[in-house]
Amino acid sequence: MAKWMSVAQIKEKIEESSAEEVTARYLEAIGKSKVNGYITVSEKALEQAKKIDAEGHNGSLAGVPIAIKDNISVVGLPTSCGSKILEGYIPPFNAHVIEKLLAAGAVILGKTNMDEFAMGSSTETSYYGPTANPWDLERVPGGSSGGSAAVVAAGEAPFALGSDTGGSVRCPAAFCGVVGLKPTYGAVSRHGVVAYANSLEQVGPLANNVTDIAVLMDVIAGYDRRDSTSIDSKTEYQKALVEDVKGLKIGVPKEFFGEGIHPDVEKAVWNAIHRYESLGAAWEEVSMPNIKYALASYYIIAMSEASSNLARFDGTRYGFRESGENWHAMVSKTRAEGFGTEVKRRILLGTYALSAGYHDKYYLKALKVRTLVKQDFDSALSKVDVLMAPTMPNPAFKIGEKIEDPLTLYLSDVNTCPINLAGVPSISVPCGFTDGLPIGLQIMGKPFDEPAVLRAAYTFEQNTDYHTKRPHEVA
Amino acid sequence: MITKEDVEHIGWLARIDISEQETVEYMEKLNSVLGYFGQLDELPTEDVAPTYHVAEIYNVFREDVVEESIPQEVVLENTEHKQDGTFRVPKIG
Repeated sequence: MAKWMSVAQIKEKIEESSAEEVTARYLEAIGKSKVNGYITVSEKALEQAKKIDAEGHNGSLAGVPIAIKDNISVVGLPTSCGSKILEGYIPPFNAHVIEKLLAAGAVILGKTNMDEFAMGSSTETSYYGPTANPWDLERVPGGSSGGSAAVVAAGEAPFALGSDTGGSVRCPAAFCGVVGLKPTYGAVSRHGVVAYANSLEQVGPLANNVTDIAVLMDVIAGYDRRDSTSIDSKTEYQKALVEDVKGLKIGVPKEFFGEGIHPDVEKAVWNAIHRYESLGAAWEEVSMPNIKYALASYYIIAMSEASSNLARFDGTRYGFRESGENWHAMVSKTRAEGFGTEVKRRILLGTYALSAGYHDKYYLKALKVRTLVKQDFDSALSKVDVLMAPTMPNPAFKIGEKIEDPLTLYLSDVNTCPINLAGVPSISVPCGFTDGLPIGLQIMGKPFDEPAVLRAAYTFEQNTDYHTKRPHEVA
Repeated sequence: MITKEDVEHIGWLARIDISEQETVEYMEKLNSVLGYFGQLDELPTEDVAPTYHVAEIYNVFREDVVEESIPQEVVLENTEHKQDGTFRVPKIG
């Protein structure tokens, strides 16, 4: 069995042999892993595959294995969010996306590593140690869904779910040379996903090709009344997989090619845009003047929401608890010991930004800037069908290189976080390499116009071979 | 600028114990981030409305009917600190 297979190939393989054999092969690859991509490998995966074989292969993903980011609840498997504070916690309910996957017959291989509570761009802040980039084991896979991207790139899962609050699906997709989609806000239910910043985040798929992203979206997207921001767009994602960009209007926002961008990244993205031109699309430069304020606005909002969301982790009902002479002391010690440094920084900054006297200066200001950033997207996308830019301004950096200075790490989200403020869909697809490290092209669209984004991504993929390259380190 | 006293105060508000040494470290790192946030001041926003989220949804209501929920014993499975069907914690103050 080939190490890297599309979902269609896996389904053929299951018909030839069995779901059990396919799952066993993935578990074998996970056993030999060099990337530390999984926090938990499911002991029930084989059993689940056998059951699917016994019942006949019903469902669009019958017997197809998948990896799940460890902030998405799966009954019977620990959900740690990469944090000590959730040590031993096993959710008593499935996330909406997990219900959908199980109903489609998917086999859950395990839970993937991540920056603690999804707060990071490198997967280095996990309590369970850093994940390595399959293209260079000394480098980060990106984050926060670094485990999900690394296992897909390393052939330890055909595809995976991540979550994207400010780039956490697209950044690791770009760094690991895979495809990752942040859907429109509201397209995928957040029920059962551990909240970091509710107004920004979405569950998103990671895969080795655009087709498998659409396959997964057709399963996980749709209305769920348990998520009050859920919207039923009735999109048929696989129908968007059409190889044709004739007449497509591409906007190139110059603000996404700012200071500090790696010259090879800039070149690879422009090559991609020119490729689209040769395939019949037209491009024009567009200006989004408020983009330079998006990063500060994003971080203030994300930290403020986090300070509120993470208040629930108090040692009372689940996970780690430190003893204390009274309730306040117990909670304060539990949180001091249970959270890592970066999570505590963000909670403290968020608490400060919401506190009396500073709310208007920081939080309210950030919400107003968010309006301006969204208006920039509305205005740019009224003239063109999609926007294209680098996903990350630089390729994957070395483990340990940026972890000491939070601001340096935050700046790497400069091209991904504006998308979450505006809630629009955005995909990262492989578009080149620099010194053996993958580069991602980011394609953004109008709200709920995933079809335009997927069509553009699919057409690029059909006319290039970047998505077929595999990392030698793990071959 | 955030002071040592501010760090101690927000540590209390957020219920995170912070040691003397950590107070200084947090003060430096938080000030560097707040300095960066300060760039928003140059953008005039007096007449701009805030955006809390982008979904065009305002109130979501449902019928007030009792539905099936997770059994009490299942919810209590995730902690050793329980008594008579409740969570057990130290006294408040």
